[in-house]
Amino acid sequence: MGLEHFLVLSALLFGVGLFMALSKRNIIGILMGIELMFNAVNLSLVSFARFLEAAERLSGQVFVVFSITVAAAEAAVALALAVAIYRRRESVDVDRINLLRW
Amino acid sequence: MEDAGSVVAFWALAALTLGAAVVTAAVRDLVRAVVALVLSFLGVAGLFVLLSADFLGVAQVLIYAGAISVLIVFAIVLTPRAARDNAETAMLWPALAIAGALIGLVIAVALATDWGDGAREGFRETASAIGEALLNRYVLPFEVASVLLLAAMLGAIVLVRED
Repeated sequence: MGLEHFLVLSALLFGVGLFMALSKRNIIGILMGIELMFNAVNLSLVSFARFLEAAERLSGQVFVVFSITVAAAEAAVALALAVAIYRRRESVDVDRINLLRW
Repeated sequence: MEDAGSVVAFWALAALTLGAAVVTAAVRDLVRAVVALVLSFLGVAGLFVLLSADFLGVAQVLIYAGAISVLIVFAIVLTPRAARDNAETAMLWPALAIAGALIGLVIAVALATDWGDGAREGFRETASAIGEALLNRYVLPFEVASVLLLAAMLGAIVLVRED
Protein backbone atom coordinates (compact mmCIF):
# COMPACT_ATOMS: atom_id res chain seq x y z
CA MET A 1 0.00 0.00 0.00
CA GLY A 2 1.89 3.04 -1.21
CA LEU A 3 0.95 6.60 -2.00
CA GLU A 4 0.06 5.62 -5.57
CA HIS A 5 -2.82 3.39 -4.46
CA PHE A 6 -4.46 6.26 -2.60
CA LEU A 7 -3.83 8.73 -5.41
CA VAL A 8 -5.42 6.44 -8.00
CA LEU A 9 -8.45 5.89 -5.75
CA SER A 10 -8.70 9.64 -5.20
CA ALA A 11 -8.56 10.26 -8.96
CA LEU A 12 -11.33 7.74 -9.62
CA LEU A 13 -13.52 9.25 -6.89
CA PHE A 14 -12.89 12.76 -8.25
CA GLY A 15 -13.84 11.58 -11.73
CA VAL A 16 -17.19 10.19 -10.51
CA GLY A 17 -17.90 13.48 -8.73
CA LEU A 18 -16.91 15.53 -11.77
CA PHE A 19 -19.19 13.42 -13.96
CA MET A 20 -22.10 14.07 -11.60
CA ALA A 21 -21.40 17.80 -11.38
CA LEU A 22 -21.23 18.14 -15.16
CA SER A 23 -24.12 15.93 -16.20
CA LYS A 24 -26.89 15.91 -13.59
CA ARG A 25 -30.16 17.65 -14.28
CA ASN A 26 -31.08 18.29 -10.66
CA ILE A 27 -29.24 21.01 -8.71
CA ILE A 28 -29.04 18.73 -5.67
CA GLY A 29 -27.43 16.00 -7.77
CA ILE A 30 -24.81 18.50 -8.92
CA LEU A 31 -24.10 19.42 -5.29
CA MET A 32 -23.66 15.75 -4.40
CA GLY A 33 -21.06 15.49 -7.15
CA ILE A 34 -19.24 18.52 -5.73
CA GLU A 35 -19.17 16.91 -2.28
CA LEU A 36 -17.69 13.75 -3.81
CA MET A 37 -14.94 15.85 -5.40
CA PHE A 38 -14.23 17.50 -2.02
CA ASN A 39 -13.86 14.04 -0.48
CA ALA A 40 -11.48 12.89 -3.19
CA VAL A 41 -9.23 15.93 -2.75
CA ASN A 42 -9.26 15.57 1.05
CA LEU A 43 -8.26 11.93 0.65
CA SER A 44 -5.28 12.85 -1.51
CA LEU A 45 -4.24 15.59 0.96
CA VAL A 46 -4.28 13.15 3.88
CA SER A 47 -2.33 10.63 1.79
CA PHE A 48 0.37 13.20 1.03
CA ALA A 49 0.52 14.13 4.72
CA ARG A 50 0.95 10.46 5.64
CA PHE A 51 3.54 9.47 3.04
CA LEU A 52 5.53 12.59 2.14
CA GLU A 53 5.40 15.09 4.97
CA ALA A 54 7.96 15.22 7.74
CA ALA A 55 6.53 13.68 10.89
CA GLU A 56 5.05 15.97 13.59
CA ARG A 57 4.12 18.69 11.07
CA LEU A 58 0.64 17.63 9.99
CA SER A 59 0.15 20.55 7.59
CA GLY A 60 -1.78 18.32 5.22
CA GLN A 61 -4.24 17.28 7.89
CA VAL A 62 -4.71 20.88 9.09
CA PHE A 63 -5.43 21.81 5.48
CA VAL A 64 -8.13 19.12 5.41
CA VAL A 65 -9.68 20.61 8.57
CA PHE A 66 -10.10 23.94 6.78
CA SER A 67 -11.24 22.18 3.61
CA ILE A 68 -14.02 20.37 5.51
CA THR A 69 -15.03 23.65 7.21
CA VAL A 70 -15.33 25.54 3.94
CA ALA A 71 -17.14 22.59 2.34
CA ALA A 72 -19.72 22.63 5.13
CA ALA A 73 -20.28 26.38 4.68
CA GLU A 74 -20.53 25.92 0.92
CA ALA A 75 -23.07 23.11 1.29
CA ALA A 76 -25.27 25.21 3.57
CA VAL A 77 -25.30 28.21 1.22
CA ALA A 78 -25.70 26.12 -1.94
CA LEU A 79 -28.63 24.11 -0.60
CA ALA A 80 -30.27 27.33 0.65
CA LEU A 81 -29.86 28.68 -2.89
CA ALA A 82 -31.47 25.53 -4.29
CA VAL A 83 -34.46 25.93 -1.96
CA ALA A 84 -34.76 29.64 -2.82
CA ILE A 85 -34.66 28.92 -6.56
CA TYR A 86 -37.29 26.22 -6.13
CA ARG A 87 -39.59 28.63 -4.31
CA ARG A 88 -39.18 31.27 -7.00
CA ARG A 89 -39.44 29.04 -10.08
CA GLU A 90 -41.00 25.73 -8.90
CA SER A 91 -38.11 23.79 -10.39
CA VAL A 92 -34.56 22.72 -9.65
CA ASP A 93 -33.93 21.52 -13.21
CA VAL A 94 -30.83 23.26 -14.54
CA ASP A 95 -32.16 23.07 -18.10
CA ARG A 96 -34.99 25.40 -17.04
CA ILE A 97 -32.88 27.80 -14.99
CA ASN A 98 -31.09 29.37 -17.92
CA LEU A 99 -31.93 33.00 -17.16
CA LEU A 100 -28.43 34.18 -18.10
CA ARG A 101 -28.54 32.70 -21.58
CA TRP A 102 -28.02 35.18 -24.39
CA MET B 1 1.39 -0.30 5.61
CA GLU B 2 2.44 -3.65 4.19
CA ASP B 3 0.85 -5.87 6.83
CA ALA B 4 -2.07 -8.03 5.77
CA GLY B 5 -4.64 -6.09 7.80
CA SER B 6 -3.84 -2.78 6.15
CA VAL B 7 -3.95 -4.31 2.67
CA VAL B 8 -7.31 -5.98 3.27
CA ALA B 9 -8.70 -2.81 4.87
CA PHE B 10 -7.52 -0.65 1.95
CA TRP B 11 -9.10 -2.81 -0.73
CA ALA B 12 -12.36 -3.25 1.20
CA LEU B 13 -12.66 0.48 1.95
CA ALA B 14 -11.68 1.43 -1.60
CA ALA B 15 -14.33 -0.89 -3.03
CA LEU B 16 -16.94 0.51 -0.61
CA THR B 17 -16.06 4.15 -1.31
CA LEU B 18 -15.87 3.88 -5.07
CA GLY B 19 -18.81 1.49 -5.40
CA ALA B 20 -21.06 3.73 -3.33
CA ALA B 21 -19.96 6.77 -5.37
CA VAL B 22 -20.79 4.98 -8.64
CA VAL B 23 -24.18 3.96 -7.21
CA THR B 24 -24.77 7.61 -6.26
CA ALA B 25 -24.13 8.65 -9.85
CA ALA B 26 -26.14 5.83 -11.41
CA VAL B 27 -29.25 5.37 -9.29
CA ARG B 28 -32.42 7.16 -10.44
CA ASP B 29 -33.97 8.06 -7.09
CA LEU B 30 -32.37 11.01 -5.29
CA VAL B 31 -33.09 9.69 -1.79
CA ARG B 32 -31.32 6.42 -2.58
CA ALA B 33 -28.48 8.44 -4.03
CA VAL B 34 -28.09 10.25 -0.69
CA VAL B 35 -27.96 6.92 1.17
CA ALA B 36 -25.21 5.69 -1.16
CA LEU B 37 -23.41 9.02 -0.72
CA VAL B 38 -23.40 8.52 3.08
CA LEU B 39 -21.83 5.08 2.53
CA SER B 40 -19.14 6.68 0.39
CA PHE B 41 -18.45 9.31 3.08
CA LEU B 42 -18.09 6.54 5.69
CA GLY B 43 -15.66 4.71 3.41
CA VAL B 44 -13.52 7.86 3.13
CA ALA B 45 -13.61 8.16 6.93
CA GLY B 46 -12.29 4.61 7.20
CA LEU B 47 -9.52 5.45 4.73
CA PHE B 48 -8.59 8.46 6.90
CA VAL B 49 -8.25 6.15 9.91
CA LEU B 50 -6.15 3.77 7.78
CA LEU B 51 -3.89 6.74 6.97
CA SER B 52 -3.50 7.27 10.76
CA ALA B 53 -5.59 10.46 10.70
CA ASP B 54 -7.85 9.60 13.63
CA PHE B 55 -9.18 13.10 14.28
CA LEU B 56 -10.06 13.63 10.62
CA GLY B 57 -11.82 10.28 10.45
CA VAL B 58 -14.10 11.26 13.33
CA ALA B 59 -14.62 14.74 11.86
CA GLN B 60 -15.54 13.18 8.52
CA VAL B 61 -18.19 11.00 10.18
CA LEU B 62 -19.59 13.93 12.17
CA ILE B 63 -19.59 16.61 9.48
CA TYR B 64 -19.99 14.75 6.21
CA ALA B 65 -21.91 11.58 7.08
CA GLY B 66 -23.91 13.51 9.67
CA ALA B 67 -24.43 17.17 8.94
CA ILE B 68 -23.97 17.55 5.19
CA SER B 69 -26.03 14.46 4.39
CA VAL B 70 -28.86 15.74 6.59
CA LEU B 71 -28.64 19.11 4.81
CA ILE B 72 -28.97 17.37 1.43
CA VAL B 73 -31.97 15.38 2.66
CA PHE B 74 -33.53 18.66 3.88
CA ALA B 75 -33.01 20.19 0.46
CA ILE B 76 -34.63 17.16 -1.21
CA VAL B 77 -37.72 17.22 0.99
CA LEU B 78 -38.04 21.01 0.67
CA THR B 79 -38.23 20.76 -3.13
CA PRO B 80 -41.11 18.28 -3.40
CA ARG B 81 -42.72 19.10 -6.74
CA ALA B 82 -39.40 19.30 -8.50
CA ALA B 83 -38.23 16.38 -10.57
CA ARG B 84 -37.22 13.83 -7.98
CA ASP B 85 -35.17 11.97 -10.54
CA ASN B 86 -31.40 12.01 -10.72
CA ALA B 87 -31.28 11.96 -14.52
CA GLU B 88 -28.64 13.45 -16.78
CA THR B 89 -28.92 16.37 -19.16
CA ALA B 90 -27.81 16.19 -22.77
CA MET B 91 -24.26 16.65 -21.48
CA LEU B 92 -23.98 12.97 -20.47
CA TRP B 93 -21.38 11.89 -23.02
CA PRO B 94 -19.20 15.05 -22.91
CA ALA B 95 -19.21 14.78 -19.11
CA LEU B 96 -18.17 11.13 -19.28
CA ALA B 97 -15.39 12.00 -21.73
CA ILE B 98 -14.06 14.89 -19.62
CA ALA B 99 -14.19 12.89 -16.38
CA GLY B 100 -12.49 9.90 -18.01
CA ALA B 101 -9.77 12.08 -19.51
CA LEU B 102 -9.11 13.72 -16.14
CA ILE B 103 -8.97 10.35 -14.37
CA GLY B 104 -6.49 9.06 -16.96
CA LEU B 105 -4.32 12.17 -16.70
CA VAL B 106 -4.14 12.16 -12.89
CA ILE B 107 -3.46 8.41 -12.72
CA ALA B 108 -0.75 8.68 -15.36
CA VAL B 109 0.98 11.51 -13.48
CA ALA B 110 0.63 9.74 -10.12
CA LEU B 111 2.17 6.54 -11.47
CA ALA B 112 4.91 8.29 -13.45
CA THR B 113 6.14 10.46 -10.58
CA ASP B 114 8.85 9.21 -8.25
CA TRP B 115 7.46 9.86 -4.78
CA GLY B 116 10.51 8.62 -2.90
CA ASP B 117 10.31 5.58 -0.67
CA GLY B 118 7.46 6.89 1.48
CA ALA B 119 7.97 4.16 4.06
CA ARG B 120 7.49 6.36 7.11
CA GLU B 121 5.93 5.54 10.41
CA GLY B 122 2.31 6.58 10.81
CA PHE B 123 1.28 9.41 13.10
CA ARG B 124 0.59 8.35 16.65
CA GLU B 125 -2.24 10.63 17.74
CA THR B 126 -3.17 13.65 15.68
CA ALA B 127 -5.92 15.40 17.65
CA SER B 128 -3.61 17.21 20.09
CA ALA B 129 -1.10 18.05 17.34
CA ILE B 130 -3.87 19.48 15.12
CA GLY B 131 -5.24 21.47 18.05
CA GLU B 132 -1.87 22.99 18.81
CA ALA B 133 -1.24 23.76 15.14
CA LEU B 134 -4.63 25.47 14.86
CA LEU B 135 -3.88 27.75 17.81
CA ASN B 136 -0.21 28.42 17.05
CA ARG B 137 0.77 28.35 13.42
CA TYR B 138 -2.66 28.56 11.80
CA VAL B 139 -4.44 30.86 14.24
CA LEU B 140 -5.31 33.47 11.59
CA PRO B 141 -6.91 30.95 9.18
CA PHE B 142 -8.71 29.48 12.19
CA GLU B 143 -10.27 32.86 13.04
CA VAL B 144 -11.07 33.61 9.40
CA ALA B 145 -12.80 30.22 9.14
CA SER B 146 -15.01 31.10 12.09
CA VAL B 147 -15.99 34.38 10.43
CA LEU B 148 -16.66 32.50 7.19
CA LEU B 149 -18.93 30.03 8.99
CA LEU B 150 -20.86 32.89 10.59
CA ALA B 151 -21.28 34.62 7.22
CA ALA B 152 -22.40 31.39 5.56
CA MET B 153 -24.95 30.73 8.30
CA LEU B 154 -26.37 34.26 8.03
CA GLY B 155 -26.45 34.02 4.25
CA ALA B 156 -28.28 30.70 4.29
CA ILE B 157 -30.84 32.05 6.74
CA VAL B 158 -31.41 35.20 4.66
CA LEU B 159 -31.76 33.17 1.44
CA VAL B 160 -34.53 30.90 2.70
CA ARG B 161 -36.34 33.46 4.87
CA GLU B 162 -40.08 33.73 4.30
CA ASP B 163 -40.71 37.32 3.27
